[in-house]
Amino acid sequence: MSLPQLKTEKVEIEQEQPPTGFRVIWRELVKDKLALFSLILLLALVIFIYTYSFFLDQEEITKINLLNIFSPPNAENWLGTDYGGRDVFGQLIIGARNSLTIGILITLSTSLIGITLGIIAGYFGGWVDYVIMRFVDFILVLPTLMIVIVFVSLVPNYNVFHFIFIMSLFYWTGKARLIRSKTLAERELDYVAASKTLGTPDWKIILFQVLPNLSSIIIVNMTLNLAGNIGIETGLSYLGFGLPESVPSLGTLISYSTNPDVMQNKWWVWLPAALLILVLMLCINFVGQALKRAADARQRLG
Amino acid sequence: MVKFIIKRILAMIPQLFILSLLVFMLTKAMPGDPISASFLNNPNLDPEVIEELKEKHGLNDPWYVQYTNWIKRLLQGDLGVSYVHKVKISKLLGERFANTVVLGAATLIISYLIAIPLGIIAGRYQDSLADKLIVGYNYFSYAVPLFVFALLMLFIFGFRLGWFPTSGSVDPQVTKGTLEYYLSRLHHLILPATTAALLSTVGTIQYLRSEIIDTKYQDFVKTARAKGTPEKYVYNRHILRNSLLPIAAFLGTDIVSILGGSIFIEQIFGYPGIGQLFISSILQRDYSVVVVLVMLSGFLAILGTLLSDIIMSIVDPRIRIEE
Repeated sequence: MSLPQLKTEKVEIEQEQPPTGFRVIWRELVKDKLALFSLILLLALVIFIYTYSFFLDQEEITKINLLNIFSPPNAENWLGTDYGGRDVFGQLIIGARNSLTIGILITLSTSLIGITLGIIAGYFGGWVDYVIMRFVDFILVLPTLMIVIVFVSLVPNYNVFHFIFIMSLFYWTGKARLIRSKTLAERELDYVAASKTLGTPDWKIILFQVLPNLSSIIIVNMTLNLAGNIGIETGLSYLGFGLPESVPSLGTLISYSTNPDVMQNKWWVWLPAALLILVLMLCINFVGQALKRAADARQRLG
Repeated sequence: MVKFIIKRILAMIPQLFILSLLVFMLTKAMPGDPISASFLNNPNLDPEVIEELKEKHGLNDPWYVQYTNWIKRLLQGDLGVSYVHKVKISKLLGERFANTVVLGAATLIISYLIAIPLGIIAGRYQDSLADKLIVGYNYFSYAVPLFVFALLMLFIFGFRLGWFPTSGSVDPQVTKGTLEYYLSRLHHLILPATTAALLSTVGTIQYLRSEIIDTKYQDFVKTARAKGTPEKYVYNRHILRNSLLPIAAFLGTDIVSILGGSIFIEQIFGYPGIGQLFISSILQRDYSVVVVLVMLSGFLAILGTLLSDIIMSIVDPRIRIEE
């Protein structure tokens, strides 16, 4: 007797996969036209600034030409010239490149410190957490801007790396706090307990399990931080305590406006730099806010 | 309650101690000392005499002795002498500190005058056009760096339109004490204070908006509506009473951030306060003044967070349970 053959047929089950990663971000950007526009404008600006500055000769730009002082915008000097007869447009591009690059470097170094300490404090808890967080609390109440200015004015043979170092010393605390609180929540989840039971070493759990789960928060935070850091750097350069003179920043161009005559009558020297900072900040922030919504399912538009 | 406040004040002491230690180490890292500096322009003085004076004033003592002496002098209100201006720092500070306090207070008042109505409108008429505009303004003021915004305001309202003076805290030609004098001070104050206020509303607006949105769907508000309470009373008596109070707790942190921003505001608007004094002292290498200003700002910042915590614990008893 033969058994009746069982009819097995593959049934396609329509299962909608929740969108992940870049798809979510993309959907959010398409929904939020302002953020999409900001992203495109930002990319265009960044690509233009970096490629154009590649073809610019900094020596040539910063050469003083006394016959051509404070000339208003014209065909040869698109944005006119400054008190030394130097082309403002060229300085604007080089300044923007320097401010962007240094903003990115500061963001990376503060992230490295902040994430490392935050994740260690949150994961291990106990006295490690206590010591790190008291340290953070202390730096948070310092008058940071003043202390950075004092440090900058004290360092002999001051250069760009000193600036990045000083900034990194004081601006990692917010990130450490954020990452710690997220790690605290993550640590209580079952997957961490399971890994621990299996005997996975702590450093592996931190690096390969907890960190990837925090990645969206880290990306959002770094984006918003980049804007903040560029703001602080240009502000300090405006006051004369940011980038050294050999590395012009957008703030350096704006600082010429301390002279009331330049402020009122020679607006082409400082106004373009001020507006460029404004546009960069707004674009980075709008993109950052869209990323923030994409990272938090409750806030998504799409 | 009292226990919490006392504990909170005690927690402040180590912060002050570490701050003073850091500031003291900064003083030692700075070039020059008071004795050499005050005789800098006197070539007739024997180096041995200088050495003797240093010995007499305790500059050759070990650092911990110097530190305790410095703390003792600070506690007695002796801030030291400015090497550049050759006057007591307390005298140099007096008027400028008052100026900064006036500017800060004006900024706070204007900031609340803008933020509270906007926060209420945004929360009450959620997702309306007005709400969207307010949220847009919030994004803007969060993103824009203070110094860029201040320069643009100065350029437009000070230079182009000429509505406000472009520097100083008062017209030097008016006599002190007259009505004209106070009007001139007010005139000089409006632009810098409004500029700073416009960018310091973010926290308050955001908090009020989300708090009102949260509160208006709670059961006690539904009950009030079900009983037929007029909408005006629902908002004024039920929702706002709950949402407005915690704003008081932002006061301390607001003071801290306004103090931080005062460096830019005072520098750009040429307003003679402690922020401007700080920058000019750094440029003139007048380090004894710099140290006092850093110490003072750190002290005010610690005091500000203390104030916030205490107000918060009065307004919202939930945070008191722990600690």
